[in-house]
Amino acid sequence: MTTRRDFLILACGATAAAGAPGLAAAQLAPNIAAQRKAALEEAIRKSTGGAEVKKGKVTLEVPPLIDNGNSVPITVKVDSPMTREDHVKAIHLFTEKNPQPYIMNAQLGPRSGRAALTTRARIADSGRVIAIAQMSDGSFWSETTSVVVTLSACLEDGLI
Amino acid sequence: MARVVVNVPASAKRGEVIEIRTLAGHVMESGFRRTERGELMPRDIITRFSCSYNGVEVFSADLYPAMAANPLITFTTVATESGTLEFKWTGDNGYAVTQSAPITVV
Repeated sequence: MTTRRDFLILACGATAAAGAPGLAAAQLAPNIAAQRKAALEEAIRKSTGGAEVKKGKVTLEVPPLIDNGNSVPITVKVDSPMTREDHVKAIHLFTEKNPQPYIMNAQLGPRSGRAALTTRARIADSGRVIAIAQMSDGSFWSETTSVVVTLSACLEDGLI
Repeated sequence: MARVVVNVPASAKRGEVIEIRTLAGHVMESGFRRTERGELMPRDIITRFSCSYNGVEVFSADLYPAMAANPLITFTTVATESGTLEFKWTGDNGYAVTQSAPITVV
């Protein structure tokens, strides 16, 4: 039911936005899925410098069913001895369907002891979560997990 | 106002890998949400976190709007010597907080 208050807020908002370009921009672009995919690929390319990313070595722990996308625990572990000669230099985390693909870039080193980190992220919609580890020898390893989100973060603008 | 919590073991054996948990109180406004009037709410997030062990940086991270509010970061480091761990968060609108924790290595 629309209350008097809601109606007034809507009416004022519509008047303010009429003729302003903001109204059109608020609509989702029709090819948004392709744009998000391109943004993700661009972000990965930027992090890896175009190097080949191999599957393996990385363990990504994300709950498969997420009831609230606003706070999703993510744990990344990388199989590495973490010595001066052979260690993980960086861990990059991405999601597929957020307005921006990045979650976090972490820089590690031999003093980390173990290549493991935990954080909490916002995930806008069901899709893939990708972790890429950059090794000291310049190779890249990745792991991808698919998650289902029932209540999304960035709800207003984020859905595909 | 700016509240942060770090959890570092008070003492550790030399060479032991210790787990450090950090939590910063911050809304992490993503810059993608709108008010009920349809205006975009400006971005206000923490963009960088770093941890130094006796002045040497052992862990750092760049954060993006996809981090959840009150960003939690858990990582590990090797206990090498007694001293202090310095934690630093910086972000939009001049946000800068530091916190330190002592550690005794036996």
